Amino acid sequence: MSIDLSQFFEVFFEESFEGLDAMEAELLNLVPGEEDLETINTIFRAAHSIKGGSGTFGFNSVSDFTHVLETLLDQIREGKRELTAEHVNLLLKAVDCLRALLSALQAEQDPNLEDAIALRIKFEEILGVNQSGATKVAAEKQPAQPEFNTYQIDFKPHHHLFKTGNEPLYMISELAELGDLETLAFHNELPDITDLSADDCFLSWRFFLNTVKDESAIREIFEWVEDDADISITLCGGLFAEQQQATIEEPAVENIESSPEVAEVAEVVAVNPSKKAATAKVTTPAAAESTSIRVGIDKVDSLINMVGELVITQAMLSQIGEQEITETTIASLQEGLAQLAHNTRDLQESVMRIRMLPISFVFSRFPRLVRDISQKLNKQVELKLLGEQTELDKTVMEKISDPMVHLVRNSLDHGLETVEQRIAAGKDPVGKVTLNAFHQGGNIVIEIMDDGQGLNTEKIKKKAIANGLVTEADELDADEINELIFMPGFSTADEVSDISGRGVGMDVVRRNIQSLNGSVEVSSAAGVGSTFTIRLPLTLAILDGQLVRVAKHTYIIPLISIVESLQIDISKVSRVGKDLDVLRLRDEYIPILRLYTIFNHQGAIETLDKTLLVVVESDNQKIGLLVDDLLSQQQVVIKSLEANYQKVDGVSGATILGDGRVSLIVDISGLIKLSGLRKPGSQELIIESKASLEAS
Amino acid sequence: MKRILAVDDSASMRQMVGFTLKKAGFDVTEAKDGSEALNIAKQQGFDAVISDVNMPVMDGITLIRELRTLPNYKFTPLLMLTTESGMDKKVEGKAAGATGWIVKPFNPEQLLAVLKKVIR
Repeated sequence: MSIDLSQFFEVFFEESFEGLDAMEAELLNLVPGEEDLETINTIFRAAHSIKGGSGTFGFNSVSDFTHVLETLLDQIREGKRELTAEHVNLLLKAVDCLRALLSALQAEQDPNLEDAIALRIKFEEILGVNQSGATKVAAEKQPAQPEFNTYQIDFKPHHHLFKTGNEPLYMISELAELGDLETLAFHNELPDITDLSADDCFLSWRFFLNTVKDESAIREIFEWVEDDADISITLCGGLFAEQQQATIEEPAVENIESSPEVAEVAEVVAVNPSKKAATAKVTTPAAAESTSIRVGIDKVDSLINMVGELVITQAMLSQIGEQEITETTIASLQEGLAQLAHNTRDLQESVMRIRMLPISFVFSRFPRLVRDISQKLNKQVELKLLGEQTELDKTVMEKISDPMVHLVRNSLDHGLETVEQRIAAGKDPVGKVTLNAFHQGGNIVIEIMDDGQGLNTEKIKKKAIANGLVTEADELDADEINELIFMPGFSTADEVSDISGRGVGMDVVRRNIQSLNGSVEVSSAAGVGSTFTIRLPLTLAILDGQLVRVAKHTYIIPLISIVESLQIDISKVSRVGKDLDVLRLRDEYIPILRLYTIFNHQGAIETLDKTLLVVVESDNQKIGLLVDDLLSQQQVVIKSLEANYQKVDGVSGATILGDGRVSLIVDISGLIKLSGLRKPGSQELIIESKASLEAS
Repeated sequence: MKRILAVDDSASMRQMVGFTLKKAGFDVTEAKDGSEALNIAKQQGFDAVISDVNMPVMDGITLIRELRTLPNYKFTPLLMLTTESGMDKKVEGKAAGATGWIVKPFNPEQLLAVLKKVIR
């Protein structure tokens, strides 16, 4: 039987990466000297599983490397060796190394073994073993003997043999496979039937085996019962027949050389067919990006449940469809359709839930990151993770990881002070960084908080002036200054360190988050700390939209960005510049964008007081969109325009409406850019217009 | 059809063992740790149990010791999957009532060959 092992590779890689994550997390929890056994055990098991699997599936570079890890961990586990900080560091490096090896193997590339070998030597130094140990054993193995030999084997099981689950009959048939076998059975120890205990073994055997195999092959058959039987194996030399003659003298022996049972077994062995197993071809995915997703059984169960409901509703509707149309059927038809809508929504939610994973998948990489960086910076940091079970769409998760890493790095590098500075400021010498995730409305909110020095507004402003982003004359409050850090090319670090400020600025962070339809904000208090708040939609595939009419066309505005919708009080509108109308709404000035101009539609209502204004907000900036009418609110499935057509400015995507028409989804921040309200490189439109309004 | 209970915390190993045994014509039930295996074993009968040693919740040695005390598993072959480095584990396992062991790494052919010693 041949089985294609490659079909198990994907599962192996997946669980190995999970095992490495677990190892890493547990290693970070370890404090040398006060480690608890269960933690060590968990780490050991992970290493052990990776070793076992990689050996089984033929990834010898991984199993060889893991072997030294496992040995060290085993010694620590057994209390033969004390855990030191050096061990922990080395083990963490080994985790990285294994991850690299496995990633390369997963991508079907030859792994780079240099690091692994260097690291392995370090482990071997600790363990005090030399590498030649393994090869020595192999060399000791005897070469196969080509000629036939006859062995006499005496096998006398102890009474309890059956209770170990071993079966002498099968061993004898194994023996028969090695060569020509003669069997003598001794039953002289069998007690009377009255004293007989059926659980015990009273038989013993003597075999003569004529074989080309050596003694170790025979020993192997009896390997499991070495301690449960008297076994002697002697080489008789000579011919088979002669030996047989010489041994038949024993009086209590009954020769059952052709014992039917044994013969039968031998026959079975002889005809044991070499089955041809169909080899399953598995196409291994080339990309290292995870292509599979683990889903909890409960989620699948609830899906099946809902599909069941859907089928019932469908049956009900088709039954109504067959009846004659009367008032009652229409009523039940409506009821059925309502049921269908309900089912569809439930089903949709359940399907979306399949893609949802707890954010701990992202959070889990931070303990290591914080540990490494704080060591490098010589700061003491305590990381707190909250809301790890908060669920988030897998795609969003994959894309939010990098921006978060950047923000955490920033907090550690710029936010937290050194131990001396903290003591001088009367703070706890250990800085705190907290990651917190929670759901709010249809959004997930991720907060990155530190209790460091807060943003240095003076420094930021100076820098912004130096870069020409603002002028000395601009009067900015603290929040507005803090906003400046999200501007392109902004970095306040006095010198560029290798922790943060490596050219990727906060503007990239913000852009990446915005490309996920999310937002990022900062709040900060000097000496107390700063908090970055990321807001993200739970999923990228579905959006709550407000349908609006512009001329004859329907557009969709993301509900999340709408602040309010109102009829325009024409007396509060003033004109700024040559063609920008601004509405004074309470204490704010809202620039009015005419969607029909932007999208170039004819036949829209142009008089301001007959139209509606939808006030939307993006990047802390409010604008009003002029529309002809507000239609319904509904969830829409986002279809990518880029994938199906090309990127269109001011539009983030499209969807298909219930009547089959295509409707475009308005991209608010894109619109602001498109309309030229925001000058390139400048942040606040409103400040400017406010200033000019107040001046007039 | 002979029934085998395969116990391993590693999904890939479990799948490999399970798949191999099913192809060889066995009826296979899988469990992810000793405790789960023990519960299953108490409810159903098996002709053999193959178990990993290092597992969370309940390890393989404990599982074997527990199983051996059950009347239904008095004579049942109980095999453990172990690594070559675990010689002392073999002794420990035997003391707990294991029938024998299969040394990791092994390939499907080796698994079936070893299994033939105790179940046919």
